[in-house]
Parts: sequence; structure tokens; C-alpha cells
Amino acid sequence: MNVIVCVKQIPDPATPGALGADNTLKRDGKLILDESDSYGVEMALQLVDAAGGGEVSLVSMAPNGEVSGMRTALAMGAAKGVLVSDPALQGSDALTTAKVLAAAVNKLGGADLIIAATESSDGYTGTVPEQLAEVLGLPSVTFAKKVSVEGGTLKVARQTEAGYDEVTCPLPALISVTAGVVEPRYPSFKGIMAAKSKPVETVTAADLGVNPVGWAGAGQSIVSVTQAEARAAGEIIEDDGEGFAKIVAFLENLKVI
Amino acid sequence: MNIWVFSQEASGAPTSGTLELLTKARELGTVTAFVGGDASAIAGALGEYGASKVYATGDLGGKLPGAAVSGAMKAVIDGGDTPDLIMFPQTTEGRDIMARLSVKLDRTVLTNNVDITADSGSVSVTTPIFGGNTLVTTKFAGAGPFLAAFRPKSFAAEPAGGAAAAVTAAPVPDLGATGAATVTAVHVEATTGPKLDEAAVVVSGGRGLGEQAKYEMVETLAKLLKGAPGASRAIVDAGWVPYSYQVGQTGKVVKPSIYIAVGISGATQHMVGMKGSKNIIAINKDKEAPIFGIADLGIVGDVHKVLPKLIEALQSRG
Repeated sequence: MNVIVCVKQIPDPATPGALGADNTLKRDGKLILDESDSYGVEMALQLVDAAGGGEVSLVSMAPNGEVSGMRTALAMGAAKGVLVSDPALQGSDALTTAKVLAAAVNKLGGADLIIAATESSDGYTGTVPEQLAEVLGLPSVTFAKKVSVEGGTLKVARQTEAGYDEVTCPLPALISVTAGVVEPRYPSFKGIMAAKSKPVETVTAADLGVNPVGWAGAGQSIVSVTQAEARAAGEIIEDDGEGFAKIVAFLENLKVI
Repeated sequence: MNIWVFSQEASGAPTSGTLELLTKARELGTVTAFVGGDASAIAGALGEYGASKVYATGDLGGKLPGAAVSGAMKAVIDGGDTPDLIMFPQTTEGRDIMARLSVKLDRTVLTNNVDITADSGSVSVTTPIFGGNTLVTTKFAGAGPFLAAFRPKSFAAEPAGGAAAAVTAAPVPDLGATGAATVTAVHVEATTGPKLDEAAVVVSGGRGLGEQAKYEMVETLAKLLKGAPGASRAIVDAGWVPYSYQVGQTGKVVKPSIYIAVGISGATQHMVGMKGSKNIIAINKDKEAPIFGIADLGIVGDVHKVLPKLIEALQSRG
């Protein structure tokens, strides 16, 4: 079974985000593999392993030919990848991103299964996986929290507002997986060394025949960026053993107790 | 302006997110509710909140709504009834349907919004980013239908007293391969006490609790205050509590009168789900934790020391 995983390379979430002059998220520093996508990579590796053959490939879209996040996924065990990197893609909306990723998937010759996270940690539009499925004409199961393949059919526990649904779906298909679906492995030293020589093909949007992209293809424009009204500073105290009493008094004051 | 609101039902009534969007939509134009499923039980309530017309797909027969309802919407649009704007609640189903529809119509989507303005055909939405510190206002370009999803509690739901809306069938067309995913069983997780997104008091626990067993303190405190227990994404991912407990970007949005964050540092992901709470109390051992930036009362200390004393004090009051 062959699986393609969509991996996003994002600015380190531990550092404060900032907007560039055109109001898009600054992505000019080092980018890392979105933790949300490490679950999909692990899921893919486990499914290929369980199927007894096949490989895991990656597709990604990132500026400046960035591959460090993809290398992390390759070090985990993915075999190869396609990176779409093109200054023209700056400002692309979710729909354009889905079209670009679909073209990258097709460049790899498609797959039995395509896996994405439910949403990225930086932009979190949360629609790209389902848009990608629609562009590719595939069925999809979003919010998968448990996945297995039995006799060419996907069996998924799909998270819902109230609990979960059991869903079956024939392959080829696309799934989006929640964080926590599996425990991502840490790349081994051997894996990290091997990842350096694994093939990543870098292409432009034009190479893939997708246009218009970037701001030209986006069905939206940013009108304004403002600071939200800040909450008034509260009282912050160090616990000296009597901190609980402050809370009791606060609750009393609000007539909760 | 002709507006559709994707309308969801739970336990025989429209969801609160649906009623919020209907209320806002009727301020902006003529409202049609679009239901994925059978609408007979909720047509009255949809009308009461402002829908003058209802489209309903009828029973989806186990098909996932993403492909099915977007297909039904596209069929109505192809049939000549084209909305200027479609509003979706920011839910799993809302997200999936708008995503599929955006490809079918070749239109952009804007999600996670908290506000909307419409002025002579031009529609702008407002989205909080960076944990809600920054607000971005974005205008739809080109022709509609514009597709936008709104976070829960962005608008107040108020009935308008309208009559029950007439229901028009909007059947799901043949979806080909895209409609092949089928629900074979539905599992509802049992919950007790007030609902997390409706409770007046919410007590949430995070990684600072150290281990799963300590979450019990959060539940005890919530119970003492007649509130609901919640959780950060970190401990949901770690499997300590079910997803239905999660407060934040990918979980529930809560606006209780009191929110108590226990051992939660205040990642962006979490803050956007609780920042609207009237009063915020935070207990965390790291005084640099971002949660203290929005807390009305912050106790810098060990939750394992503060919480047992707090619980004891409340219990002794009876």
C-alpha cells in the first residue's frame, strides 16, 4: 500500500508569530515539521507496515525551498517527497493550497491513501484536507482518531461533537487524523542520516500547471489588522500557602459561593 | 442579500451555533436555513429565529455530510437559487461541507470568524489570530457565494418570532466516488452535570497536573462549584480525558462567568477558546505563563498544594 502524507513546515510555535508587510505570517526563518503532521506520518508508516509493502511519500508547500521539516518526516521513515516552493505562492488561500497539493499528489502518481492533519498549527483554516479530497475526486473521512485497513477498506473511528462514529470507506481515499491518533516515533540516528540522501523534488506552481496562485488566486483581501482589546491586568500573587484563600474570597465576592 | 445558514440539529432542536448565525443573518438579509438531514422537527425553531425558507436534504442514509450536503447545496445553486453568502457554524460538519463546496464552486473559504459586516454586496469577516491578541478583517473578493464559518458564541441568539418556515426538499445528487464513506455505527459518550459550553463555571486542567489521576481534583472542584470540567488540548492528546472535554481552538468555545485554569500555561490554542470568560482564575507554577496575562486572579504556585486546600475550604463550607 502506498500512502502520501501532506506535511506542513511551519515557524516554531514556541516563538511568537508575526505578520509581514503584506499581512501574511512571517515564514522566513527556519521552519519545522508541524507537530500535527507527525501523527499522520506515523499513521502512514504503521499502515504500510501492516500492509506488508509499499511506501510513504510526502507533499509539502513552503517558501525558500525549505525542506528541514520534510527531512524530519523522512528520518521517521518516509521514502521521498515533492516540495512545491515558489515565491508566487505567497498569499495563497486554502483552496489554492489544496489545488497545488493535489497537483503534487498527482505528480507522485497518486496513492491508495492520502493523510493530512485536521488542521495546521499556524494557519488552522482546517479545510485543506477536505478540499484536497474534492479536487482529487476522492471520498474522505475527517477527524480520524483510529484507523485500520482491512481488505482494501478503511475502517475509521471518526471523532464527533458527541463521541465518535464508526466509518468505512473504500480505497483510494483521504483521511485527516487528529493529534493523538498514534504516538509518533522519534527519528533514529540511522534514520536521520538516511534522510539526508532521500529524494525531495522541488517544483514551482507553474511546473505543476496550477495558476493563478498567491494573492492573484485568492478570493479575499485583508482590509485591516488591529489589536484586540486587552483584558485589564489582574492580581497575580505568589502562593505562600494561603493562595487558596484568595480564590475563596474572589468566588465569594462574585457570589458563586 | 440572500443568505443561507447551514443549520445543525442536536436532540431535536437547532444547535446554539445555528441559532446564533440565524440571528446575525437576519440582520444582514433574507435567510434560508439549509439542513443536512430531516428538518421536520426543527423547521418551527428555524423560522422563529429568522429563516423564511428551509432546504432539507432528507436522511443522509449514513453518508458523511461533507460530500453529501455540499452536493445538495451545489444542486440547488445549479438549479438557479444562488445565495450571496453561506454561513456555517465552525463545527466538524460545517468545515467539511464548506470545504467540499468551495471546490465545487471554485470560491474561497474563510473560517474561524467572530464577526461579519455586509455593505451593498461587499462582505467582510473578522478573525482573531495569535491567541486572540490580533484581529484581522478580510473582505471577500470577486463574485459570491461567499463561504464563511463562525466560531461558537460569536453572536447572541435571539428569537424573532417568525412563523415556521416551509421546507423544500434538496436531495443529495449522485456523488460518485466522493460519497463512498459510510457511517456504520454512532457512539455517544455519556456526560453528567452541566454542559461544558453552557456552564456558568468551568474548571479546566492541563499538563501542570502532572498525571492523569490528578485530574480528579479538577472534577471535584467543578462539582463543588456546580460547574463543568474542561481540559487543555495537551491532556486530551495524552488520552487523560475524552475530546469532548477540550476547550480551545479545536475544542469547545466557553464563555462562563468564571473560568478556572489549573496547570494550564495558556497556549494560543487554548486561549482562543476561553478568553471571553467574564472572570478568569489561573493557578500555575510558572509565573511567566501566558495565562497570567489574561487572568483576573493568578496564583503562582503548585497546583498540588493549592487545589487540595481550595477543595477542602469549599467542602468545609458545606
